[in-house]
Amino acid sequence: MSAEVGQFALILALLLALVQSVAPLVGAWRRDGVLMAVGRQAALLQGGFVLLAFGCLAYAYVTCDFSTALVARHSHTTQPLAYRFAATWGSHEGSMLLWVLILAVYGAGVAFFGGTLRETLQARVLGVQGLVGVAFLAFLIFTSNPFLRLDPAPIEGTELNPLLQDPGLVLHPPLLYLGYVGFSVAFCFAVAALMEGRVDAAWARWVRPWVLAAWAPLTAGITLGSAWAYYELGWGGWWFWDPVENASLMPWLLGTALLHSALVLERRGALASWTVLLAILTFSLSLVGTFLVRSGILTSVHAFAVDPERGVFILGIIALTTGASLALYAWRAPSIRAGALFQPLSREGGVTLNNLFLTALTATVFLGTFSPVFIEMLNGDKISVGPPYYNRTFAPLAVPLLALVVFGPMLNWKRDEVRKVVQRLRIPLGVAGIVLLAAALFGGLKGLATAGGLAMSAWLIVGSFAVLGRRWWAGRAYLARSVATTPRSVWGLVLSHAGLGMLTLGITGVTSWESDKVLNMRPGETVEFAGRVLTLQSLEMAQGPNYEARRGILIVRGPGPDYSLRSERRFYPSAQSQTTEAGIRVGFLGNLYVSVGEESEQGVIVRLWHHPLIVWIWIGGFVMSIGGLVSLSDRRLRVGAAVKARTILQPAAAE
Amino acid sequence: MKRILFILPVVGFAVLLGVFFAGLGRDPRALPSAFVGKPLPAFQAPPVREGDAGLSNTDFQRGEPVLLNVFASWCGPCRVEHPVLMRLRAQGVAIHGLDWKEDAAAGAKWLVDNGDPYIRVGSDPTGRTGIEFGVAGVPETFVIDRHGKVRYRHVGAVTSDVWETKLRPLMEELRSEP
Repeated sequence: MSAEVGQFALILALLLALVQSVAPLVGAWRRDGVLMAVGRQAALLQGGFVLLAFGCLAYAYVTCDFSTALVARHSHTTQPLAYRFAATWGSHEGSMLLWVLILAVYGAGVAFFGGTLRETLQARVLGVQGLVGVAFLAFLIFTSNPFLRLDPAPIEGTELNPLLQDPGLVLHPPLLYLGYVGFSVAFCFAVAALMEGRVDAAWARWVRPWVLAAWAPLTAGITLGSAWAYYELGWGGWWFWDPVENASLMPWLLGTALLHSALVLERRGALASWTVLLAILTFSLSLVGTFLVRSGILTSVHAFAVDPERGVFILGIIALTTGASLALYAWRAPSIRAGALFQPLSREGGVTLNNLFLTALTATVFLGTFSPVFIEMLNGDKISVGPPYYNRTFAPLAVPLLALVVFGPMLNWKRDEVRKVVQRLRIPLGVAGIVLLAAALFGGLKGLATAGGLAMSAWLIVGSFAVLGRRWWAGRAYLARSVATTPRSVWGLVLSHAGLGMLTLGITGVTSWESDKVLNMRPGETVEFAGRVLTLQSLEMAQGPNYEARRGILIVRGPGPDYSLRSERRFYPSAQSQTTEAGIRVGFLGNLYVSVGEESEQGVIVRLWHHPLIVWIWIGGFVMSIGGLVSLSDRRLRVGAAVKARTILQPAAAE
Repeated sequence: MKRILFILPVVGFAVLLGVFFAGLGRDPRALPSAFVGKPLPAFQAPPVREGDAGLSNTDFQRGEPVLLNVFASWCGPCRVEHPVLMRLRAQGVAIHGLDWKEDAAAGAKWLVDNGDPYIRVGSDPTGRTGIEFGVAGVPETFVIDRHGKVRYRHVGAVTSDVWETKLRPLMEELRSEP
């Protein structure tokens, strides 16, 4: 029964999306308030019906309704409840439904929270969002229907891929999709602004919270994905430059650029047409990210089923959304008024450089991801692009960008002086210099890259807090008050930039000092590794809810109290596949990572890794994401009461 | 003039879209097997280990079937298959290695750190030799018969399972061939 209700709800949602795309666009064109109001209602209702459809599918999964074909393919009665629920979005169809759900919820959000927007702008945003919704609901219903029935219904289903049965999967796709789809709002704002022919500071102030609302979950999602790959794939790596990872990184890089350029547009009215272009491209890359891995153009370890018919549909959607919006851009953008002028050394100049670097980084990743396709097209050669390419191209561009990060918020708007900037940054400069000298003395010339990485981390972390220092120093006469009145957006900025410093610290630590060892061990044998003594205590069979495992337990003696690590090789009989669960001791200074492998006459193969400081990579990522949320909590208040807030704002705010 | 700048994005996108549409029909997992059944191409790869002779196509005329393993120290799955290769070598299976797309020094360090299962190892820092074989990524393993003909190509890590079900039966069959 639930499948039919879901199917019906989806069809209704498609019809509502049609109404949502036509009514407000016509209404905005004819200044018809009733039609524009219809658009708002349609957006809210559409959100409700897609939510109902999603609920129906989730219900079918949780209750193991194997007469629904999709459930039979990805669920099994022995699968734990949480994973039966998470399996809702573990398949192509289910994840598309989640995608459409988030799109509809964001649409409803614009209708609900957009009360302070200019009415015609809100109507046009909703109209464009409706069009995107029509395309994806049609894609879902006509090529990837999640509610197809199976007759006769099988007694037992096929299990979800065991690699995906993990707490990481429960949160990873929803967070990523919140990000990808969230950029659709910025995209719709951009297209609506091009239709209106008006891009101004007010527009940027409305767009920025939506960009933040997408950026923060995307950051968390990418971080979670990296952590998941680390502990679940069992290779001890944290980033593989896999097409799917790159697909999430590209919108993140451009979205970060958008976040910064929108700030300049909001404060100074500059970079208007560039910001609009960024908004269009960011969402386009999100589409590419969601879909190219499903179309058969690229392959990856995470790829979904390849189906050329779906591929054509997907490319058609990308062609329409991106093509039409870029054509509109070519037509309307030249008439957008150029903003206020600024000197090269100014906050605006800093953001422009930031945007140049971020765009170049995106281009690097894009080329690395797609050059196999282009090259095969040109001369038929199959090539693959590995980490060496990224080490040579991505890193040299990322390092100067990191160095710039601290300067940005310390520059004045419009114009500034080198001497004054250096003066303002003397503390972080000093700290970074001391770290560089000390590390270079200990590491010698060979450790110069390591010393540079450490100095960069110190520079980023101390430099980010210098923003607060400068602000509070200026208001030191009323210190308590100036601390209390520090806007949340400043806290957000400080947290995000400091998070980037922690990320740099983690990357430096693990690339410089990582060590590993592979050996055969029998129970009772002992090995010395990374200053610790490890004993393989036992190797035995264990039984899980839907798997059997070969479990190795190692006792670790070393600095600090003893502890034990457990690594398993799990076999899932109904899925006929195997996974490795690594045993990981997480620490702020370093992780000890153990995984047991094949068994032979000489014992079991044990792989040991020591990853110094690696945990800071993920701490940094999550701190950045939290920074985004903190900033968002400020923005929303300000957007809600835009007029009131402006009078309170201090004229010499050093944000 | 300024207007052209604004038209640029849509033109670039159109080109990209054309490439994607053209690329749609192909299966990214289908790999060319042009060399299966053919003799090895002539090649000469410089050494990875210091003071070694490197690897060339004549090294495969040993009178027994040989595995050619293409690997790199930066590749995750190579770590997975490495212990299996070590075990095979201990069992007397002939394995040559090709260190793909990295400096010989990195490959040499990897062999010192993790053990060296290879009889001969060649370095292929640019990936040119790999292209001769149609290597798409690492790890890949080729089965080469006693006449120096490529008989099988395995893409991905050689696990115990792959060895038992695919490579070993083939190697035994080739051993009994005239």
